[in-house]
Amino acid sequence: MKFERKDILGIKELSVDEINFILETAESFLEVSTRKIKKVPTLRGKTIINLFYEASTRTRTSFEIAGKRLSADTINISSSTSSVVKGETLIDTARNLEAMNPDVIVIRHSASGAPHLLAKLVKQSIINAGDGAHEHPTQALLDMMTIKEHKGKIAGLKVAIIGDIEHSRVARSNIYGLSKMGANIIVAGPATMMPRDIEQMGVKVFNKIEEAIEGADVIMMLRIQLERQKQSIFPSLREYSQRYCLNRNNIKLARKDVIVMHPGPINRGVEISPDIADDPSFSVILNQVNKGVAVRMALLYLLTGGSE
Amino acid sequence: MYHRPRLTLMSNKNIKTVMDKDGIERCLTRVAYEILEKNKGMENIVLVGIRTGGVYLAQRLQKKMSDIEHGKIPLGILDITLYRDDISASNKKPRLGETKISFSLDDKIVVLVDDVLFTGRTIRAAMDALIDFGRPKMIQLAVLIDRGHRELPIRADFVGKNLPSSLWEAVRVDLVEKNGVDEVVIEEGT
Repeated sequence: MKFERKDILGIKELSVDEINFILETAESFLEVSTRKIKKVPTLRGKTIINLFYEASTRTRTSFEIAGKRLSADTINISSSTSSVVKGETLIDTARNLEAMNPDVIVIRHSASGAPHLLAKLVKQSIINAGDGAHEHPTQALLDMMTIKEHKGKIAGLKVAIIGDIEHSRVARSNIYGLSKMGANIIVAGPATMMPRDIEQMGVKVFNKIEEAIEGADVIMMLRIQLERQKQSIFPSLREYSQRYCLNRNNIKLARKDVIVMHPGPINRGVEISPDIADDPSFSVILNQVNKGVAVRMALLYLLTGGSE
Repeated sequence: MYHRPRLTLMSNKNIKTVMDKDGIERCLTRVAYEILEKNKGMENIVLVGIRTGGVYLAQRLQKKMSDIEHGKIPLGILDITLYRDDISASNKKPRLGETKISFSLDDKIVVLVDDVLFTGRTIRAAMDALIDFGRPKMIQLAVLIDRGHRELPIRADFVGKNLPSSLWEAVRVDLVEKNGVDEVVIEEGT
């Protein structure tokens, strides 16, 4: 299999072969993070810029660690401490960064399509670390890797995705990815958080969490994104949690060996009850974070490991 | 009897078999004894096979050495891709295999195993990788074929067969575990 991509912008445009190849490569990178000396010289002399226009702990740290473990130089730019606050446009920022000759630009932006714009403008590889409510491809890849590890496969599994589907780039990328890989996807959430054309993505839609998680192999809880909701689309957090929180009671409807995932950060007691989030017999949330570094190492390796 | 008809019919290459199944077996048996002789037994010895050919050879050596000494010798697997010196220069993105060394290398005598010793660049990469895993007491090198043309000051401690070759020839080691047949062949472009 040849991996010829310049950028990783979304799961939508990746083929099943490409996804499998990325996951296989990531498997091999897991080992590096278990060594005493967690560093290999592969990307020595390469420069990776993390350009984050939105807050992030996990994704930014994960990309930075991934780059550093491959011996690349990583530079973090967050909007609050950059010339963005002086009014510089994304395009101008990108052109200036391009002039400093980095090899990869990782971007997170609140506007859907921002990474795609960058990919057209600059010659460097672009990795989408989340664009608005559009895609978050590295999250979907690490989710698929986590599922594969626990279930041995993805095809044929029943995966329930619960919460704010409309505003969730994690949900969108996972729906693209998991349906390509042959999973049966069920979504549930309040009607105000459900995209109107969601059925066209090949998923089953339910209104109640109980209907959705019945017999599920995997439950993916989404974060209620308070920062994206200018006008409230549900009456109160308490009402939301009464109807959609995953807890000891409703999880019994799922399969006994169900795994519970969450992209983080968790709103404890809102979308997931603390005892479920912290219960290692269900929760694989920290495992997801662990896989994230390997997936990002794989992508940085594949994008820079010999381009030009 | 047709001997590998597909290869001879479909390629214009001149293929010469230089070692057969028995030849490989005898070489490995001798190398197993040599390793034990040089190190006065199996104490502190660990084998590390370089993906992919070296892994199978290391497994065979492990079995032979364990049979001779009635003990178990640890075996690790090393993928040197991340340590290659041509990774950013070339267009290839080599498929990455898993490295599996589940024991400490500190103060061990590490015997690196590979199928063909050629430029020496693979071994340079392998040694860099090993050092990242610990501080071996010693690193020794065992290869099935030494075909010459070194580009680095590296030599093997244990050699199955010296095979002087020209740069236009390719030396290929086929192993049952990988290609379904045990043989060493020289391919020459016509």
